[in-house]
Amino acid sequence: MTRTLAALIPLLPLAGWIANGLWGGRLGRRAVAVIACGTVGAAWVAAALLFWRVETAPGALSRVDLYRWFGAGTVQVAFRLLVDPLSIAMALVVCGVGFLIHVYSVGYMDEDPGFARYFAYLNLFMAAMLTLVLAGNLVVMFIGWEGVGLCSYLLIAFWFTRPAAAAAGVKAFLVTRLGDVGFLLAIFLAFGLFGTTDFTVMTQEAARRLALGGGAATALALLLFAGAVGKSAQLPLYVWLPDAMEGPTPVSALIHAATMVTAGVYMIVRLHAVFLRAPFAMDLVAAVGAITAIFAAACALVEPDLKRVLAYSTISQLGYMFLAVGVGAFGAGIFHLTSHAFFKALLFLAAGSVMHALHGETDMRHMGGLARRLPRTAGAFAIGALALAGIPPLSGFFSKDLILAEAFRAHIWLWVVGVAGAGLTSIYIVRAFALTFLGGSMRNLGEGAHDPPPVMDAPMRLLAGLTVVGGALGWSFTHPGVLERFLQPVIAEGATLVPRGGSGAGEAALVAASLLIAVAGIAVSWRMYVRRTLRLGSPWLSNLLRHQFYVETVYAAVVVGPARALARTAAAADRSVIDAAVVGVARSIGRAGQSLRGLQTGYLTHYAAFILIGAILLLVFWVSR
Amino acid sequence: MAILLFVVVACLALAGGVGVIASRRPVHSALALLLVLGSLAVDYLLLDAQFIAVLQVIIYAGAIVVLFIFIIMLLHVRSGEDPRIQAVLSPVAGALLCGVFGLAVLVVLSHAAESPASVGEQFGTVQMVGRALFSRYLLPFEAASIVLLVGMIGAVALGRRLSDEAPDRGRPIPAPEER
Amino acid sequence: MAVPPLAHLTLSALLFTLGMIGVLVRRSALIVFMSIELMLNAVNLSLVTFARVRGNVDGQVLVFFVLVVAAVEVVVGLAIIVNIYRSRQTVDIDDVDLLRG
Repeated sequence: MTRTLAALIPLLPLAGWIANGLWGGRLGRRAVAVIACGTVGAAWVAAALLFWRVETAPGALSRVDLYRWFGAGTVQVAFRLLVDPLSIAMALVVCGVGFLIHVYSVGYMDEDPGFARYFAYLNLFMAAMLTLVLAGNLVVMFIGWEGVGLCSYLLIAFWFTRPAAAAAGVKAFLVTRLGDVGFLLAIFLAFGLFGTTDFTVMTQEAARRLALGGGAATALALLLFAGAVGKSAQLPLYVWLPDAMEGPTPVSALIHAATMVTAGVYMIVRLHAVFLRAPFAMDLVAAVGAITAIFAAACALVEPDLKRVLAYSTISQLGYMFLAVGVGAFGAGIFHLTSHAFFKALLFLAAGSVMHALHGETDMRHMGGLARRLPRTAGAFAIGALALAGIPPLSGFFSKDLILAEAFRAHIWLWVVGVAGAGLTSIYIVRAFALTFLGGSMRNLGEGAHDPPPVMDAPMRLLAGLTVVGGALGWSFTHPGVLERFLQPVIAEGATLVPRGGSGAGEAALVAASLLIAVAGIAVSWRMYVRRTLRLGSPWLSNLLRHQFYVETVYAAVVVGPARALARTAAAADRSVIDAAVVGVARSIGRAGQSLRGLQTGYLTHYAAFILIGAILLLVFWVSR
Repeated sequence: MAILLFVVVACLALAGGVGVIASRRPVHSALALLLVLGSLAVDYLLLDAQFIAVLQVIIYAGAIVVLFIFIIMLLHVRSGEDPRIQAVLSPVAGALLCGVFGLAVLVVLSHAAESPASVGEQFGTVQMVGRALFSRYLLPFEAASIVLLVGMIGAVALGRRLSDEAPDRGRPIPAPEER
Repeated sequence: MAVPPLAHLTLSALLFTLGMIGVLVRRSALIVFMSIELMLNAVNLSLVTFARVRGNVDGQVLVFFVLVVAAVEVVVGLAIIVNIYRSRQTVDIDDVDLLRG
């Protein structure tokens, strides 16, 4: 039973991909939509059933072997799925948010000629992501890992006739590839250290086989983290995410907010046993997370494009998640992953509604005063914004402050950076809200702008609801919350599940401090962008931020430039050397043929003479033998 | 006795051969060819090939040469060459080439020449050749008749004058003296 | 004293060479044709000679067939020459170069 259910979860969307991919053109929009949404919905139901199973039989981990894949000698790799609280939790989030976004897409992509192709790719993505989440060993996870990377490329470059979109897709794929090299090396290393990549084995054996702080543990952890850096868009491999906004907005919501980019966080939590044996790596993870959080928040401050603001916001929030797992707060990391999925997807879908109403406009400098025309969208965005800023009682408040509390306990500077980032977060999200929805009348943006139809509206409402109540999963800072308790069997070794008991007063002070910063940020931003009474910043600073601290410039000079030069050289060599040789051979044969033509003079006399010469040669040859 | 006859025949044949290739007018060439054919017929007799000798006279001398002369007259060909057109191969080169070939042929043939075997009286008679033709070589014999049939049909088909063509007497080629 | 076969063969070779010269040097189609007949006859002579030398009548049978085929060849060839004359008003073979490659 478990086996079937577990297998169905990734297989259902896969079937949807095959159906829509092969026959989508002929089936008609309605059928395509039903197949696509139906398979994801059914997968969610299967996940829910498995959840109930896991709940009623606590402590049960199920290994589901689908088939023996390959093996050589002592190394055997099975196509194995792992059903435990962690994977079920992730599956529920992925399928749930995924389903809502599928439904939203039916309305959003309604007029697009590539309707069937879109849903085929989206289903394929779901299949890959679910494979990743349910994987029982690193190899199967890698299949899902690469699969989501591929679908990310396919969907970012969905409107492939646009050069910007095609370039963005390629950029995303190549940059995450860099991280994937690390992941692959980690797989090899794991085989070497453990003889297998099975998660259960690795978790149990980690303490025995890996010396605390030793080279093996650190290397393995760092390689895994490299993969996470690419996939989850942390510094320095974040550059693909803002450009990925070229894809359709629901894609951005699903892949680049709620699911794919969180794979890195999930992977670290899954292999926490390894990371716990490498304190240096954990410190690095936390540091990178914290720096990325504040870096991305700063870049979002001056970004004029609405979707790109949200992209930087995602990078920043992912930084918080890595900060959490870096200090050992695995439960908190997953909690923030979940609540972020809710409110970030909500924000993206609201942005999508804005674009839908404005026929594709994303530049906030051309927006303003939309709250009057799209009141429901504005409301949804506001809820998401407040959650992002960390205002209670929305879920974002609980998850983010839990992380900050854990960070403080680990290292005070991490807390400082985190809180500063939170302040910037408030500023930029209020800025985005104000520029888009508030202010004077819109300039020349037509009369047709209106709130989205129900098919797009309902998912937004649901997500808004989840954002509001999601805090229930972990509303206490002193005792483990619902989610953490659920995950306990999996991360029992986590250092932080040690009762946080601590001083309730200390906790309260921290929470108060960060809440103060958040509210202050909102106030500052309000003054700047709504009342326009405050002006901050200098030209030098805004230039620095606008160019993302010149990170992209450095990349262009150091990586892209030499790569292009190499490509040009290779192309030239191909043309002048190889092609010339091949064409040269063909031409010389032609020329030989041309010259042989000269023998056909058309004169009988000549032909007779040739025959004679041939006969003479033959005779001489025979006579001489 | 035989040798003397042979020498005479050989000289006549060679003279005729030269005449064929060297005459200005085609009619003269045809007559020279006739001389060669006749001489060779006598030579065949010297070689105990009576049947072949007779056939030579009947077919070659009697039919083929007649055909040649017939065509020469039909086409009003008065000269060997059309002076308006240039030769494409130098005559000296051609002759030289042929000389080399002839020498090679001679060398080969000389290796094969042995003293003649002794044969019965029946050798080369009509009966003996006929018997061979109708027993061992029956199939080629029949095939040859088909070849003859095909050749006849081909000649008739080729020689037909189509309705829109002018009669055969077109612009005549000038005779050697008339230039 | 019988004639040595070599003598016949020499005559054959000489006639053959003469015929070849005629083919290469002369330009009138008819004369070329007659030269070819000369070559055929030279070959016939050597065939008959060898038939006599070996005492085997097969050589003469072959000559018989050569005779037949030569007759057919002359007939068809002359028909072709007539056609060429009809279209080009000449029988000079160096004038016919339409199949030049």
